[in-house]
Amino acid sequence: MGFTRRDLLKWAALGTVSAATGTALGSEENFVTDCGENYGVLVDTAVCIGCRKCEWACNNEHKLKEADLASFEDKSVFQQHRRPTDDAYTVVNRFVAPEENNKQYTMKVQCMHCNSPACVSACIVGALSKSDSGPVVYDAWKCIGCRYCMVACPFQVPAYEYREALKPQVRKCTFCSDRLADGKRPACVSICPNEALTFGTRKDLIEVARERIKAHPDKYVDHVYGETEIGGTSWMYLAPTEFANTELPELNSENIPELTEKIQHGIFKSFIPPLALYGLLGLIMHSRGEKEDEEEKEGHNVSAS
Amino acid sequence: MSAHLEVPTPIQKPYFTKGTIVVAIVAALGLAAYIYRLAFGLESATNLNNQYPWGIWIAIDVATGVALAAGGFTTAALADIFHKEKYHVIVRPALLTAMLGYTFVVIGLLADLGRYYNVWHPMLPSMWQGNSVLFEVGMCVMIYLTVLYIEFLPIVAERFIGRVNLPGPLKVLNNIIDSWLRVCRKFLGRFISIFIIAGVVLSCMHQSSLGTLMVIAPTKMHPLWYTSFSPLLFLLSAIAVGFPMVIFESILASRSFGLKPETGILASIARYTPLLLGVYFAVKVVDLTIREAWPYLFEGSFQSLMWSIEMLVGVVAPIVILSSKKLRHAIPWLFTAAAMVIVGVLLNRINVFLVAYKPLYSTTTYFPSIFELSVTIGLIAALVLVYRFLVLNFPVISVPQTMTESTKESLGRMTTA
Repeated sequence: MGFTRRDLLKWAALGTVSAATGTALGSEENFVTDCGENYGVLVDTAVCIGCRKCEWACNNEHKLKEADLASFEDKSVFQQHRRPTDDAYTVVNRFVAPEENNKQYTMKVQCMHCNSPACVSACIVGALSKSDSGPVVYDAWKCIGCRYCMVACPFQVPAYEYREALKPQVRKCTFCSDRLADGKRPACVSICPNEALTFGTRKDLIEVARERIKAHPDKYVDHVYGETEIGGTSWMYLAPTEFANTELPELNSENIPELTEKIQHGIFKSFIPPLALYGLLGLIMHSRGEKEDEEEKEGHNVSAS
Repeated sequence: MSAHLEVPTPIQKPYFTKGTIVVAIVAALGLAAYIYRLAFGLESATNLNNQYPWGIWIAIDVATGVALAAGGFTTAALADIFHKEKYHVIVRPALLTAMLGYTFVVIGLLADLGRYYNVWHPMLPSMWQGNSVLFEVGMCVMIYLTVLYIEFLPIVAERFIGRVNLPGPLKVLNNIIDSWLRVCRKFLGRFISIFIIAGVVLSCMHQSSLGTLMVIAPTKMHPLWYTSFSPLLFLLSAIAVGFPMVIFESILASRSFGLKPETGILASIARYTPLLLGVYFAVKVVDLTIREAWPYLFEGSFQSLMWSIEMLVGVVAPIVILSSKKLRHAIPWLFTAAAMVIVGVLLNRINVFLVAYKPLYSTTTYFPSIFELSVTIGLIAALVLVYRFLVLNFPVISVPQTMTESTKESLGRMTTA
């Protein structure tokens, strides 16, 4: 943690003046304060060198596909766009910046650990939950395997162990929640040799990101991806080019599960509408019971006509 | 009164015919595919992947299955709540269809669930998740299925009271079961309306919630189907398909059992369909207009084609056919129109859950595997087999009879039940 603080301070010092006069932060306060104290990671794609050590560290930490570190130096994987899978929670992909003569950059992708995760809202048994410190965690014991979380995720992150016949799990980045609990940083952040990954609280990271943008306006587009997208995410990105050129989807600030939850709670939460319907139908059933013969006659006429 | 003297009786026909044997083979293949899926897992048995987590087992077996079982609650509402008494002859077949329909929905769902043995988890209060639409659907379906079995109990009682005759050592249970059935009959004779109304309310709740499921994936859904009106549209289409499903089945059953189709009743119930479909269609039109989504209909994509087929086949054409009194009374037309409504709802559910669903990073498209198709078709075949068995052994389908002492007695029972 100490390391992180120093890291943050270094960047903070760079833009003290601009931060003091800047008002941009104020306008986005809702999102900052929302989960501001949650842990997050800032991914600086302008700094990422595509070494894929984070992939190895992740696999190693979670005992996924076993392979030695050297095999991750293979850059040929960049020829294809990869997605996180059940045995690779994070992958590094290549993208190009058209404005820089198609200069190549790389970016790590993984679960974004949203502030308002659609997967958590969707989960039928609460097997997915947003922990207080930020990570979206999964409890396989509760899971029934409906895969609604995968339908709901706006980043197409959760992967399923389809090949497991008996005990398949939803697999995705855990934000190393066990390591965080021990006061350690996520495995990928720890191994990153170029400080492309910065660990800290969401609030601090947004500040760091803004200051980097201010300090190097030529190096970054003025957009911290994940600050406001779908109500904010714990993992956020800086990029040297418009995010439309990266693989991150274009999303507005609307919190995705909100509409569903509004509909759901509007119709059911208080149980008033179903009970009212019950009462109404009961009333109809009771009051029309006496008109039975009349109805019968009417029915006759219709079927006879 | 004599025209309506139709009393539900077990149909006197042999179980096995050539047709039944073909259906049994299809069901057996489905069972084999089902066992294969349980033994070897989803990857071997299905074409599902991380891009397409849901396939036809959700779109057809679950979503369409639930919609097509709507005949149960719509008929119950019409005959028992609105007291359109002449429709009582179709209440039992519709109830049986709903009961079996939902039972097979659950069996189909179990094939799809990665951890099917945890299917009971939503019942545990410690795992309740009130934000989840799926939780609401799951709870409602579970409770409604129970209600359907309770509603079917009087039929079991009618069949077995005074006739419980277990073989061998089980004989000792005969009296116990008989008296239990009598208690059921007495209790349900008095309180069945509680369950009937509950069935209608529960149906309205989960039929609409099924439509809310995909509202959580705005960025993956095609705009022709992505709407916050979706729950209303699902409810309205379920209500609209209820009677056509009853008509479709009734005509098939009459044909299979060599009975005269209930043309009068069926044509009469079909009168409601243009109205119900009309309301559904109107909401669809209003929805597309409000969201300014009409241009997507003319983009010439697979999705716009599917939307057009869904609407023309499933909504517009049946409205036209069933608006004509003459065509309603012509069994081939009636049957065709009912089938079209059913296909329309099937297409709608497939469209919402599969055609409209576009993964962000898609490298493939989804098409069901041979195992998925076998299970889906096999489950329908199995449902037909169980249905046939039950109508041959329980008083479900009404057969015209002359007034005898026994029918008088049955009629008396019917009104108390």
